[in-house]
Amino acid sequence: MFAYVVRRLGATIVVMAVVAFVVFSLLYLTPGDPAAILAGDAATDDDILRIRAKLGLDEPFFVRFGGWVWALLHGDLGTSIFTNLPVAHLIGQRIEPTVALTVCTLLISVAVAVPLGVIAAAKVGTWVDRAVMAFSVLGFSVPVFVLAYVLIGTFSISLDWLPVQGYRPLREGVWEWFRHMVLPSTVLGIEYIALIARITRASILDVLAQDYVRTAQAKGLSSRAVLLGHALKNAAVPIVTIIGIGIALLIGGAIVTETVFAIPGVGRLTVDAILRRDYPIIQGVILIFSGAYVLINLAVDLSYMYFDPRIRY
Amino acid sequence: MTAIAIDSQPKSVSPTRLRFRDSFRRHPTAIVGGVVLLLMILIAIFAPWLGTIDPQAVSPIRRLKPPSGEFWFGSDMLGRDVYSRVLYGARVSLAVGIAVALLSTLIGLAIGLVTGFIRWLDAIVMRIMDGLMSIPPVLLAIALMALTRASVENVIAAITLAEVPRVVRLVRSLVLTLREQPYVEAAVAAGTTMPRILLRHILPNTVAPLLVQATFVCASAMITEALLSFIGAGTPPNIPSWGNIMAEARSLFQIAGYLILFPGIFLSLTVLAVNLLGDGMRDALDPRLARRM
Repeated sequence: MFAYVVRRLGATIVVMAVVAFVVFSLLYLTPGDPAAILAGDAATDDDILRIRAKLGLDEPFFVRFGGWVWALLHGDLGTSIFTNLPVAHLIGQRIEPTVALTVCTLLISVAVAVPLGVIAAAKVGTWVDRAVMAFSVLGFSVPVFVLAYVLIGTFSISLDWLPVQGYRPLREGVWEWFRHMVLPSTVLGIEYIALIARITRASILDVLAQDYVRTAQAKGLSSRAVLLGHALKNAAVPIVTIIGIGIALLIGGAIVTETVFAIPGVGRLTVDAILRRDYPIIQGVILIFSGAYVLINLAVDLSYMYFDPRIRY
Repeated sequence: MTAIAIDSQPKSVSPTRLRFRDSFRRHPTAIVGGVVLLLMILIAIFAPWLGTIDPQAVSPIRRLKPPSGEFWFGSDMLGRDVYSRVLYGARVSLAVGIAVALLSTLIGLAIGLVTGFIRWLDAIVMRIMDGLMSIPPVLLAIALMALTRASVENVIAAITLAEVPRVVRLVRSLVLTLREQPYVEAAVAAGTTMPRILLRHILPNTVAPLLVQATFVCASAMITEALLSFIGAGTPPNIPSWGNIMAEARSLFQIAGYLILFPGIFLSLTVLAVNLLGDGMRDALDPRLARRM
């Protein structure tokens, strides 16, 4: 068990190093000279050279990469070109709505998708199964922002049940927070639900064909007990894997969802940074999101030991 | 005489084709998907002859007109005809979807084939792919687009780079399974050179799964293009694309919802068609998977 954990941790560190390298290379390849941008229009060539030397931009690639990683390990994500504020500070300011949105979506999605998949598998071939699968294909096909506008048009404008846009922090009241979270979470969750439901169904169907399921049925267990007691736990490894991998969908989708619903989160920060070409922010956001993604998937890997004890070795 | 003789002969159909045709009969949704996709491709090709006007022609007096006999899908805030813009927009979406599917499959195939056979390269390349896959694809595409000038070519390149690692993974896993097959071992024992083994024995067996993967890459590329354009990091504004039309309508949503509705319907319908086709092909090409997915 210890060996498995160490191996997974080692692999995670390698992956994070590669991510850091890729992200740094992106900035390195950036067209345009940050020194020239910082110096402004009236700067002379000498000014630009001076700024470049001050920022260490004239050092060779690997020296800069080393310095950048060293700063990163101390929590320094660089400085925004436009606001001149530390990127870590800017992201910190915006992180709450994004975490609230993704965690909310994650919980709702898993709570909806896994039962959907189990039911579809239990009733394979019936209209229930077909309905779930049809919903799943639709979920993959309707882009987040199209669905967002359809739902805003229906529930916020026509029916006037929910707010059109915006975000209320949790500390200003759970109810208002919840009302502002319903539509964004639903919109963001649909594709994720479609994905998890599909894999859950496939995985349960696989397990239901196993000998031990037939044994369980033969000894007279109810189909409910077979499904929940035997099938679900044995089908869990692919399901938790896809829940982990699917986080990538949530992260990409969160950027768009925040744009549509005017939620002041990290996604909005990213979109603003793109429009202003504020590379350090883009870099910081990619690092934070990728780091979170890698760590969640590490947790998923470690959870295999619970679901399938054979994996420990 | 001979003609009659030929006609009366029973047509020989290969078992594979028969299975393929039969599976399609059992999956009518795949046919629907194929027909809709074909329709979209025809629309994209023949856009200039389908009652459209110049999609860029502005007409400030007639701006924000709701759908009518004159403007079938309404007009936008510059008085441009949304029907024409949506039809021309099909070109961008389909071009991006098809180009990304082709490029990422070919690049992924090349990398996957080579790494599947050369062990020391495999370790290095797969670590890089793991790293790339740890960056959510949309985010990676956004970062790449932020680096470059907005153009359709750059959108294709950015999405391709984000999709390649997944194709490499698939090809590599296929190669690792295939190289253990007895007929590959036999080829090795017979002294066949490695390039020849790859081309003659491995490559043909990767085609079916790759074809299926390519359709799903195509669907996801079309969504990503629209998404990039929607947040202002994709196709440049002077080219009408579904994402662009919706992006420009963002602030007008409450007064002119049709600006988002029509491109939204076209985009969703096209992606749905590609997904249905992909599902159908997977079922037809791999009956074992059909039951599971």
